[in-house]
Amino acid sequence: MPSDLVSSPTVRSRPRFAAWSDPTVTLLAVLVVIAVIVFAALTPARFLSGDTVRAIAFQMPELGILSLAMMVPLMSGGLNLAIISTANLSALVMAGVLTNLIHPTSPPWVIVAAILAALLCGMLTCLVIGFLTGVIVAFFGVHPILVTLGTMTLVKGVAVLATSGTVIGGFPPAILFLGNGSVLGIPASMILFVLCAVVVAMMVAHTPFGVSVRLIGSNEKATRYSGVATEWVLVGVYVVSSLLCWVAALVMMARFNSASAGYAESYLLITILAAVLGGIDPFGGFGRVFGLFLSLVLLQVISTGFNLLGFSPYLTAAIWGATMIIAILIAVVRDRWIARIWPAKVK
Amino acid sequence: MLSQLRAAWRRHDVQIGSIVVIMAAFFSALSPAFLTLSNLGDLLENYSVMAIMAAGLFVVLISGGIDISFEAIAAVSQFFVAIILVKFGGNWFTAFGLAGLFGALLGIVNALLIYYLGAISVIVTISTMTFYFSILMFMTQGRSIYDLPSWFTSDMSWLSIPFPVMVAAVALLVTLVLLSRSPVGRQIYGLGGNPEAAKRMGCNILGLQCLAYGYSGFMAAIGGIVQAHRVEEVVPYALIGRELDVLAAVVLGGASLSGGIGTVSGTVLGILLLAVLQNGLTLLGVSSYAFGVVTGAVILVSVTATAYASKRQQRRGVRDAV
Repeated sequence: MPSDLVSSPTVRSRPRFAAWSDPTVTLLAVLVVIAVIVFAALTPARFLSGDTVRAIAFQMPELGILSLAMMVPLMSGGLNLAIISTANLSALVMAGVLTNLIHPTSPPWVIVAAILAALLCGMLTCLVIGFLTGVIVAFFGVHPILVTLGTMTLVKGVAVLATSGTVIGGFPPAILFLGNGSVLGIPASMILFVLCAVVVAMMVAHTPFGVSVRLIGSNEKATRYSGVATEWVLVGVYVVSSLLCWVAALVMMARFNSASAGYAESYLLITILAAVLGGIDPFGGFGRVFGLFLSLVLLQVISTGFNLLGFSPYLTAAIWGATMIIAILIAVVRDRWIARIWPAKVK
Repeated sequence: MLSQLRAAWRRHDVQIGSIVVIMAAFFSALSPAFLTLSNLGDLLENYSVMAIMAAGLFVVLISGGIDISFEAIAAVSQFFVAIILVKFGGNWFTAFGLAGLFGALLGIVNALLIYYLGAISVIVTISTMTFYFSILMFMTQGRSIYDLPSWFTSDMSWLSIPFPVMVAAVALLVTLVLLSRSPVGRQIYGLGGNPEAAKRMGCNILGLQCLAYGYSGFMAAIGGIVQAHRVEEVVPYALIGRELDVLAAVVLGGASLSGGIGTVSGTVLGILLLAVLQNGLTLLGVSSYAFGVVTGAVILVSVTATAYASKRQQRRGVRDAV
């Protein structure tokens, strides 16, 4: 009946900040509040301090930007296992350009030119990797896990071959500022992360590209038949993911004042965990940057809180793993309850 | 005859097998050291642990899931057994038995979580990997065990076949029998091919998943014991981080990530491909720093070619149907 279509519940005016109506976002917000209250009660006067907030703000951007790089392919129903190796290779390229062009006696304009050249080379590296990954995924129809498994090995191989496994370090202060400096008390890296998050959120929610990405994640064939050039959208997905790796590379090299083929490798699987905890559907199609942001805050609150309690970092990682399972468990129990109270709501 | 040959050529394990043979011929032509008994023995021994773990992971892939936690399970079981062996002593039977039991239990935990939470296997096994490994590091504080009993670390061989290679051969044989000669194995293929159909056929989905993930945990633990025997020490973080290498080898062998497709012979050939490649490059004096580039390129070319071929075959099928 046509009248059914008109009064369909999906055609309703959405609230201004739609994220709050998302059950995952509500769940995460509640979990963050509970975690903050528990830690504040356990370590009075120490947890609720400016130092804690600052520590969280310095630790979050690295994992955060990498998680954004993982989130975009996840939304399209894919995965990018090469994010860490891409970020490391890009950081190495930038480090190579900087250390070769800048000498202790260089005048300021040489330093500026070298930084610009380094940024450009690092970005080009990521562009090429992302473009090739996207082309193989989109035009040859290879499963993204397989492609990025290959690019991960290949890109890391190039980085290891070029450096023989050594570390390149020693950057100008302008780069280091990105990792350790603050503007008005806010860490520069945090500003960079929030900028990236806002750009990705806008892109996913409000641009034709973002809508296409989510549609592909829901049903690729239907999207193609409705006239979307799905191949080129997929290429775009992996290019965006790689460009986010470039920003992550900048933050990483600034924080460590060095670049290497082997940094941050333990983050790879954690980024998937953070994204899925943040409500990104691992089959693609659904998810919000705000949910990812909350899940990162939750993970950092947990690690900072346990750190203050004097727990080993290994135990914190174990609790991160358990958090994921508990979050899925809560969601399952919640859905059963909803089904029991409003049976009509679920089919 | 010609059509038979052509049909055989379309099989993935025949293709990858011929690549392995060509590569082996190439390396033995360039380096006289390649085709010697000691080199081939080393080659097989170096990849035996990977083969044992790949056998377990392969069963999970066939069932339509994926297991990321097996290296963590191997590390945990290895440590658990090493502590018991050092404290109370034992023999090979208790070492393998305890490790297998412990590994299977941890694997079944994965299966239960996946089944009852209705969650995707990648996510659950990444979570449990993080959990198992972090607990291990917390308990051990990263300390290694060096004082393993001498019967455990001494080299053994039978008809000059090294012990790890024998274990790997048995593991692969058992997997072959389980998957293609037992009713349960066919059900696992069915579950991976079409879970809904398998459910309506009356397969016990929970039981099959427990078997697949339990088997993966079991094989990972056995692999962990063999690895400890080879390197004569137990280092808690020695195995972790290699799960994607094993996955790459299994996938090179033609196992599909969406389940239901793949052969044990393909898995063996996938591992042999990586083994012959790295061994040959070493003999030719290529720096070990170049391995990553070559391995990555081989994975990319292989998966792209496979996908391209199946896409073309599909298109041909559509054309024939029209």
